[in-house]
Amino acid sequence: MNSIILALIIGGLFGFVLHRVGASNPQKIIGMLRLTDFHLAKVILFAIGISSLVLFTLMYFGVISNEHLSIKSSHWGVAVGGLIFGLGFAIAGYCPGTGLCALGEGRKDAKWFIFGGLVGAFLFMLIFSYILDTSILNELFGGNTTLANTDKEGAIAFVDNISGVFVAGIIAIVFMLLAFILPTKKNT
Amino acid sequence: MKENWGWLKSGLILGLVFLIAVIAVKPIGVSTQYVIADAAILKVANDKLINKTVEGDKKTYSSNNAYLNKSGGKYAKAADNPFSTYGFIFVLAMILGGFISSKLGSNKLDDKEKSIPKVWRNSMGDSINKRRLYSFIGGVFILFGARLAGGCTSGHMMSGMMQTSISGYIFAAAVFLMAIPVSLIIYKKSGE
Repeated sequence: MNSIILALIIGGLFGFVLHRVGASNPQKIIGMLRLTDFHLAKVILFAIGISSLVLFTLMYFGVISNEHLSIKSSHWGVAVGGLIFGLGFAIAGYCPGTGLCALGEGRKDAKWFIFGGLVGAFLFMLIFSYILDTSILNELFGGNTTLANTDKEGAIAFVDNISGVFVAGIIAIVFMLLAFILPTKKNT
Repeated sequence: MKENWGWLKSGLILGLVFLIAVIAVKPIGVSTQYVIADAAILKVANDKLINKTVEGDKKTYSSNNAYLNKSGGKYAKAADNPFSTYGFIFVLAMILGGFISSKLGSNKLDDKEKSIPKVWRNSMGDSINKRRLYSFIGGVFILFGARLAGGCTSGHMMSGMMQTSISGYIFAAAVFLMAIPVSLIIYKKSGE
């Protein structure tokens, strides 16, 4: 299928679902971050668990090729960037994707968030050559490393002597159990 | 269709969307497209930003900006014609998806909530300009951080942890390590 049509279908579906699960609502994001409303935390944990379990199972049976995976590199920038991201996450209650969905939903503050996002990305473009001069982007843990073995070329597995589906399966079950155990709202 | 899905249904369907994306094309990622949008806007003002050289059938892209030039100029290439790329159409479709979902649903946001979420208002006050400013600053931090990290909630946390990627765990840990204490402090007055 034409990749543009796929982008419209999957992107549209993603935006639709983000709205339905409540992720485009800053109220829900902030509720999760201040530990009063765990709805989104449960959703995220379960979504990661179930998608990971099915993904590794399908790869094990050869239904999906590991060429579809895209394993991002580990470096100090991931940690430092995550901290900076976390600050903005708390202040705004949006993330790059949910802000777009919120714009479609008609939230007016989302416009300002996206505008800020464009400025933040621009600032990064400006300073990228200076970042290259530092060692912050040097790879950690071997770079493109996963916990479970994916057998992907160029990727490294933390646990490479046990079948990937087994390792990923255990992690996935832990994630899904956590989703069940967490209360929906803080007990008061 | 009931508008607010419970957590189990939400998690199941959200997980399926991430899975469908991997199977059909590639893992979902969003934050790169902010860079592509910037470059597509900036190239109008600066025609030297994106350089295209054609040799026979082969087009190669480069940029005088180091970030757009990285990985063989792939960002420069995408920014040259973003509307022909999967990634850019994907994020535009997300806006449309949010729009359609809200139109089909019965919960209508009131004007107050559209401008300032309640939990935010309870601690930070009623000023719409203040909320705009904080949303803007939040956006600056978030996209700067996401680009430094090489991905955001979608790419690192969801798609990354789904593949059991170490970088996804580092990113998620760092985000919550900062976001939880900051939220506990700045929304202290918001009550339940």
